[in-house]
Amino acid sequence: MIEVKNLNVFYGREHALSNINFSIDTNTTCAVIGPSGCGKTTLLYAMAGLITPRSGEIRIHGQRLRGIRKDTGIILQDYGLMPWKTVWHNVALGLVIRKLPRDAIHGRVTAVLKELGIQQLKDKYPVQLSGGQKQRVAIARTLAVRPDLLLMDEPFSTLDALTKEHIQNLILTIHRHNPMTLVLVTHNIQEAVFLGRRIIVMGKASIKHILDNPTFGRENVRDKPEFYDMCLKVRKYMGRV
Amino acid sequence: MLINKILLRNKTLYGALMIIILWYTMHFAIGSAIIPTPHDTFLTFVRLLPQPLLLHLAASLGRILAAVALSLAIGVSMGLWLGINQRADKFFSPMLYILYPLPKIALLPIFMILFGLGNTSKILLIIAILIFQIIVTVRGGVRELTEELFLSARSLGMNRVQLYRHLILPAVLPKIITALRISIGTSIAVLFFSENYAATYGIGYFIMNRWSMVNYTEMFGGIVGLSILGFGLFKLIDFAEGELCIWIKIK
Ligand SMILES: Nc1ncnc2c1ncn2[C@@H]1O[C@H](COP(=O)(O)OP(=O)(O)OP(=O)(O)O)[C@@H](O)[C@H]1O
Ligand SMILES: [Mg+2]
Repeated sequence: MIEVKNLNVFYGREHALSNINFSIDTNTTCAVIGPSGCGKTTLLYAMAGLITPRSGEIRIHGQRLRGIRKDTGIILQDYGLMPWKTVWHNVALGLVIRKLPRDAIHGRVTAVLKELGIQQLKDKYPVQLSGGQKQRVAIARTLAVRPDLLLMDEPFSTLDALTKEHIQNLILTIHRHNPMTLVLVTHNIQEAVFLGRRIIVMGKASIKHILDNPTFGRENVRDKPEFYDMCLKVRKYMGRV
Repeated sequence: MLINKILLRNKTLYGALMIIILWYTMHFAIGSAIIPTPHDTFLTFVRLLPQPLLLHLAASLGRILAAVALSLAIGVSMGLWLGINQRADKFFSPMLYILYPLPKIALLPIFMILFGLGNTSKILLIIAILIFQIIVTVRGGVRELTEELFLSARSLGMNRVQLYRHLILPAVLPKIITALRISIGTSIAVLFFSENYAATYGIGYFIMNRWSMVNYTEMFGGIVGLSILGFGLFKLIDFAEGELCIWIKIK
């Protein structure tokens, strides 16, 4: 279980997050949705241990979070791939840092590249990749370290509609096959409803509403009317002041 | 047609050929005493190469390499430090930007007074040229790194050493190579000048010595040697860039 209690984050004098409270069950998914500048990235950084909150606490599996945690993976808004490393070496980076033996690194990187369908890109450099391909490499790099908590910041905002749907499906498949808790930040309502078992609607620096999403994970859910009902519901909460 | 094709493919060969044609033209236009023919020059060059030209070239090359090594060691550490540490940067950078465009050759007399007429002053002069270029570009390279790359590195769990190994050094490596490329020409020119003073070995000394002895063919042989030295150094930098910075070339 991930628990966030009375969380307050400041940037200088700006109150970026004010009294945030929520919890996420282990191995489920959660989408955080809200307008630009409301503090979604800040919340994700706090959960990753990249920034220190002024007050309040974050507990991950009962442990209070202090700084960066080995089993948390984060995918940043602009992917954060190293331009001087090939796809292969980018994906291996987390494992190299953890000083895994060579064979283990080789095995894991091969497997994760295959899972994401990007084996043929392994010798390319990030500049040679399309947005969707970079996205997949970033996901592969994070999955390679087998996180139990995966944080994703606006992962699909720059992709075209088809690629976006494709990668959203991919995320769902990966989540089904690998037990982990997934937290995803977005400002796209359909994305939140498609990928969030729980949906947190944010306003400026605070939470407006938390919804449970019963349509999550259903077969071909994008074609079902209840999917659109859910989207409308989320929209209603977003519009509320 | 075949010759045409070979020439177009090999730019170095093409360039050399054009220069030789130009050289002959000058020889016939200006007069044979001042500008010897290319073939005379090359024959002299080959004759002089084992003795004494190679020794002169080696002396110059040694000075350059020593200066490059020291400049890299000091310049890169200094550049990284200023790029990362804001307070150090505030303190040093204003001085740096005044000294950076100063023509370093003007320091030669001071260096000769302080460090004597031997190798030390000559090497220090080259360092003075290289080091500012390296500090400024390395500092810039660190500054260009985005916040997101640092976050991405930290979120992967990198420690300090790993941060340098996987993020900072690879990012500044192409800048270092560019800095060398920009300043190596100037350093050769300045070395040439400084070797006129109290040197017994060095290609600059050799050329000026033959000039004062009015032996123009041997003087030109020395110039050919110096050109090859410079060309070799540029090729070496190109090679290093090709090997170490593939990701830049791809763009
Ligand atoms: N490093 C920083 N220093 C100062 N203020 C910051 C910093 N990062 C974010 N902020 C401010 O905090 C607020 C929340 O920013 P945050 O990046 O979390 O928003 P967001 O919801 O992720 O926006 P977007 O959807 O545009 O990515 C904004 O008002 C922003 O200006
Ligand atoms: Mg954001």
